[in-house]
Amino acid sequence: MASASTSKYNSHSLENESIKRPSRDGVNRDLPEAVPRLPGETLITDKEVIYICPFNGPIKGRVYITNYRLYLRSLETDSALILDVPLGVISRIEKMGGATSRGENSYGLDITCKDMRNLRFALKQEGHSRRDMFEILTRYAFPLAHSLPLFAFLNEEKFNVDGWTVYNPVEEYRRQGLPNHHWRITFINKCYELCDTYPALLVVPYRASDDDLRRVATFRSRNRIPVLSWIHPENKTVIVRCSQPLVGMSGKRNKDDEKYLDVIRETNKQISKLTIYDARPSVNAVANKATGGGYESDDAYHNAELFFLDIHNIHVMRESLKKVKDIVYPNVEESHWLSSLESTHWLEHIKLVLTGAIQVADKVSSGKSSVLVHCSDGWDRTAQLTSLAMLMLDSFYRSIEGFEILVQKEWISFGHKFASRIGHGDKNHTDADRSPIFLQFIDCVWQMSKQFPTAFEFNEQFLIIILDHLYSCRFGTFLFNCESARERQKVTERTVSLWSLINSNKEKFKNPFYTKEINRVLYPVASMRHLELWVNYYIRWNPRIKQQQPNPVEQRYMELLALRDEYIKRLEELQLANSAKLSDPPTSPSSPSQMMPHVQTHF
Amino acid sequence: MLGKGVVGGGGGTKAPKPSFVSYVRPEEIHTNEKEVTEKEVTLHLLPGEQLLCEASTVLKYVQEDSCQHGVYGRLVCTDFKIAFLGDDESALDNDETQFKNKVVGENDITLHCVDQIYGVFDEKKKTLFGQLKKYPEKLIIHCKDLRVFQFCLRYTKEEEVKRIVSGIIHHTQAPKLLKRLFLFSYATAAQNNTVTDPKNHTIMFDTLKDWCWELERTKGNMKYKAVSVNEGYKVCERLPAYFVVPTPLPEENVQRFQGHGIPIWCWSCHNGSALLKMSALPKEQDDGILQIQKSFLDGVYKTIHRPPYEIVKTEDLSSNFLSLQEIQTAYSKFKQLFLIGFPPLPPYCGSDNTATLLFSPSSAYQLPSDNSTEFWDTDIKWFSLLESSSWLDIIRRCLKKAIEITECMEAQNMNVLLLEENASDLCCLISSLVQLMMDPHCRTRIGFQSLIQKEWVMGGHCFLDRCNHLRQNDKEEGREGQDTQSKPLNLLTVWDWSVQFEPKAQTLLKNPLYVEKPKLDKGQRKGMRFKHQRQLSLPLTQSKSSPKRGFFREETDHLIKNLLGKRISKLINSSDELQDNFREFYDSWHSKPTDYHGLLLPHIEGPEIKVWAQRYLRWIPEAQILGGSRVATMSKLLEMIEEVQSLQEKIDERHHSQQAPQAEAPCLLRNSARLSSLFPFALLQRHSSKPVLPTSGWKALGDEDDLAKREDEFVDLGDV
Repeated sequence: MASASTSKYNSHSLENESIKRPSRDGVNRDLPEAVPRLPGETLITDKEVIYICPFNGPIKGRVYITNYRLYLRSLETDSALILDVPLGVISRIEKMGGATSRGENSYGLDITCKDMRNLRFALKQEGHSRRDMFEILTRYAFPLAHSLPLFAFLNEEKFNVDGWTVYNPVEEYRRQGLPNHHWRITFINKCYELCDTYPALLVVPYRASDDDLRRVATFRSRNRIPVLSWIHPENKTVIVRCSQPLVGMSGKRNKDDEKYLDVIRETNKQISKLTIYDARPSVNAVANKATGGGYESDDAYHNAELFFLDIHNIHVMRESLKKVKDIVYPNVEESHWLSSLESTHWLEHIKLVLTGAIQVADKVSSGKSSVLVHCSDGWDRTAQLTSLAMLMLDSFYRSIEGFEILVQKEWISFGHKFASRIGHGDKNHTDADRSPIFLQFIDCVWQMSKQFPTAFEFNEQFLIIILDHLYSCRFGTFLFNCESARERQKVTERTVSLWSLINSNKEKFKNPFYTKEINRVLYPVASMRHLELWVNYYIRWNPRIKQQQPNPVEQRYMELLALRDEYIKRLEELQLANSAKLSDPPTSPSSPSQMMPHVQTHF
Repeated sequence: MLGKGVVGGGGGTKAPKPSFVSYVRPEEIHTNEKEVTEKEVTLHLLPGEQLLCEASTVLKYVQEDSCQHGVYGRLVCTDFKIAFLGDDESALDNDETQFKNKVVGENDITLHCVDQIYGVFDEKKKTLFGQLKKYPEKLIIHCKDLRVFQFCLRYTKEEEVKRIVSGIIHHTQAPKLLKRLFLFSYATAAQNNTVTDPKNHTIMFDTLKDWCWELERTKGNMKYKAVSVNEGYKVCERLPAYFVVPTPLPEENVQRFQGHGIPIWCWSCHNGSALLKMSALPKEQDDGILQIQKSFLDGVYKTIHRPPYEIVKTEDLSSNFLSLQEIQTAYSKFKQLFLIGFPPLPPYCGSDNTATLLFSPSSAYQLPSDNSTEFWDTDIKWFSLLESSSWLDIIRRCLKKAIEITECMEAQNMNVLLLEENASDLCCLISSLVQLMMDPHCRTRIGFQSLIQKEWVMGGHCFLDRCNHLRQNDKEEGREGQDTQSKPLNLLTVWDWSVQFEPKAQTLLKNPLYVEKPKLDKGQRKGMRFKHQRQLSLPLTQSKSSPKRGFFREETDHLIKNLLGKRISKLINSSDELQDNFREFYDSWHSKPTDYHGLLLPHIEGPEIKVWAQRYLRWIPEAQILGGSRVATMSKLLEMIEEVQSLQEKIDERHHSQQAPQAEAPCLLRNSARLSSLFPFALLQRHSSKPVLPTSGWKALGDEDDLAKREDEFVDLGDV
């Protein structure tokens, strides 16, 4: 299992391998020491600044701005501080102070980042250095506002693995045993003409014709019709996702939609009702009728049972995360940590999302009924619920590649609006479309991995690097809102996939405790007693809170693994030696037990 | 009565509960009659233990799968424990029974573990004490280890109910004479066949030799001496027979105030600074006596404060730190958070005054669960409930105080004198914490056991009073003569774990992550010792504190004032400077790589201080993570250790083929994936894989309400 992993485990650099180090023969003389640079990355400017570190006070340094990153190196002898921030992470740049204020910090820049930190710099008054830095940063952090390409389109990195081949929908559906007698693959959306935010390839009930699908599409918000996400290998119940029905104030009905849901219900030959999980709080679902939306009523859908999961909307989540930042950055709230944490509601939201996903998974796993999941448009809360339920049900998604496929399928291909939610390259930091929905999902995954530390092939580092590159714009993976837009931009041809980086350095992201268990359903305990704030992500900039890396349990385990491999090798050698010279008495001067460090086992 | 399957209902007129689910249909009752008779489970009595009273057909509630079952059995009370003898334990497989405690079973509650007893009368819960006029239908016992037991007495004969309830109340609540404590009859009856391995043996600190050994181990013998002035408790019963004081201190001084006002050595740091504790002198009004006290303390003080060679800092724990009352209050609030369980009475089927009880083949039936509701109701406000108990904050303050003292000793080379009224509560707590941080020996199992023995048992912590083992309501201290203490009794010690656990279970007492310090060869060790000694003889010139010598003079006066009872609340250096030193020390330690065999400082930031889930959540089924949590990684680790060990043996065998195979490696936790996070404390496993679902919903968002009403996207879908 992890026998090969030990030696590579301690090697730090994975990104360095892909970074073109400035050569000593003068090509990069403008960067005095190694400033990392990716192929395709170009230096724009460098400036002497004072970095106002919230933890260590002001530090004099030189900042280098490229078209990809902001890199700061301390110029002080007693500080080895380095900042390496992709510009994509920047959400807002503000000037602080000015001609009217005094002191060294008077000409300042305050940079708000999407990853729970702020960077503050003080610049010299002379030579318009602040204005320069402000303008250059604005230009390259928000390229879309300046008709510049996102860095992913300039990135010339090469990897020995092509991440774009990780997800192939046909293969993934085949893995699930599809198509089968009840479910077929349809190409009706090949050119995105049925639904422009859905993928080209969809799995729908065998008994529903393409015309049926078109008629159902008219009754579902943004034409996001119910399609299959996952099928239980044994009991054949399914998880189906869609958007809300267009019921409206007048309570409109649509026979095709009603029939379609009934067809879905019947695919596993069960008499029980179809379970509909509406992710929203019921009041919101009712309120949505005013704008033409709504939910499946009992009268219209006799064979369905509807439950609301009370998960709040993107605006609530955005505000909640803001509050989390307030209590952890720059200083961790001391005296009332627990009640402050509670007042952010962040973990409460996590609890509700997990609870919803557990319910979906339980319905399907117990074979009670198939499940249909939707929220309003079916690209935020719906994606969270289906992907988490699938993670609980299907151990394949708990491997590194399986998880990549899950993200690629349920999030990227089904049109989670990454561009709008993250605001890649966009300067409008107050955009109400922004919301940390994907982060919330990753947090839920982290909570699960914390509760089941042997069930996931990947480690915490894997989740963190995904989040880092969610913002960085170095890879094409999370760019744009849907598959059709990505196709128009030829993303797979013109950019590199994040999975290329990860899969060519897999060892770094492996959880040594991983024990593969097929068919094991994981139900996390969605209780506040077990949910924790993800300190290693949300408070990672604070040196005081920094956790030991790697953690001692992991470290000890790795040592044991190495020792085991050494012993196995040793034993094999001994066996060989014994069989080779059966007649000769052993002449080796030292016994292996002397040569080998004995493990301390304390038994 | 019960044998017929029909039982007179205690409070009879209630309507049947609709939520009641039965395994069997009513017509099956008669065929199952035989099952009703209890399986005979024998009562396991310890040597010297006596059965006092008992009751049969008692129904014990068992939580499983978010539902409750009732199990019939016998409830007994002995002079050691309350025990329930039912057949619910048979469900455990062999693997698990190996981890059971041999002395106290899963359904045993030792009398001293009982915290509160409640009776349920007409669905109302009342605390039970003293003589009862009316006997409850149900008995709820809250234990000090946070278990909650619920026994239904509705089907028990009236005389038996009276006997068992009053028996339990009497034996858990009535004041006890010390000599009536069970351990005395146990010790007399049990043969103490403990074989003590001298190498692997906890230091009891009951001989002069033990103290000398500890002095030598910490290199404290240069400045401190073990004294036997209190042999036979001639001077003071509060102090141990042997203890350690500064070498220059005349032994007569100990007698002067019955051991008060004497700096008693706890531990010496590698740099020569020492941790000491002192119980305060009695408060006096008379000026003459005050003068005498002052000059006495002046003399005493000079033995540990000799600038520039030695400087002492006093930590007055009575006035500048937590009060015992605060700790007590916080803990009572805190523990309530984990004592979950007050479900409704068992349901009835039938009407009038007769209730039909339905029996399943396992003589168990399901009850609607209310524990679960309680668990989820408190879940929403969990963090604020935790905070309002302030328990975690108290833990943080204790750790912080210990770090502050560590800083004084480690970074500033100061002696630290802990001062408290009797030097037997917070002194024990802080001094043992400091030693855990500074002395790696205390982090070995033997070292830790010795530390508890030294600081708590010999340190005179009043376990009897603090745990109220004698059930005294009036807090009159020391009423019990010390006659029993002077009797050389061959009592069992808790440190002999084999009394309680099988060898396999004992392996769980060890941390598989712990790695012993690699032993240095002799040459290296000599070098180190030499360096150490040189350090001791140097005056503290380079130390930060030397410019503040005047300041310390001032503090000397202060100390004396304090000891004389004129307490001035603020010590001089509660200033920012202290905070700065602390911060610098703490931050710089945390910025460096950790040496597990050196100084260890805990993180004390808010997010780092968490509930000790393995202890506090261990009996709560809802909090159980099946096949998960730390237990999962730990068992993986143990498996790997086992594998490596067996490989090691194979290699050894190949070289010395005649060598006997080593002792059997512990094949712990085979099916680790299915072990619950509560392992090994709560063996009540949910055997199904049903998820636990929160039952209570969302709390109001408050100021975010307007946001919550907004729609995700501002598009009118009306005409789509």
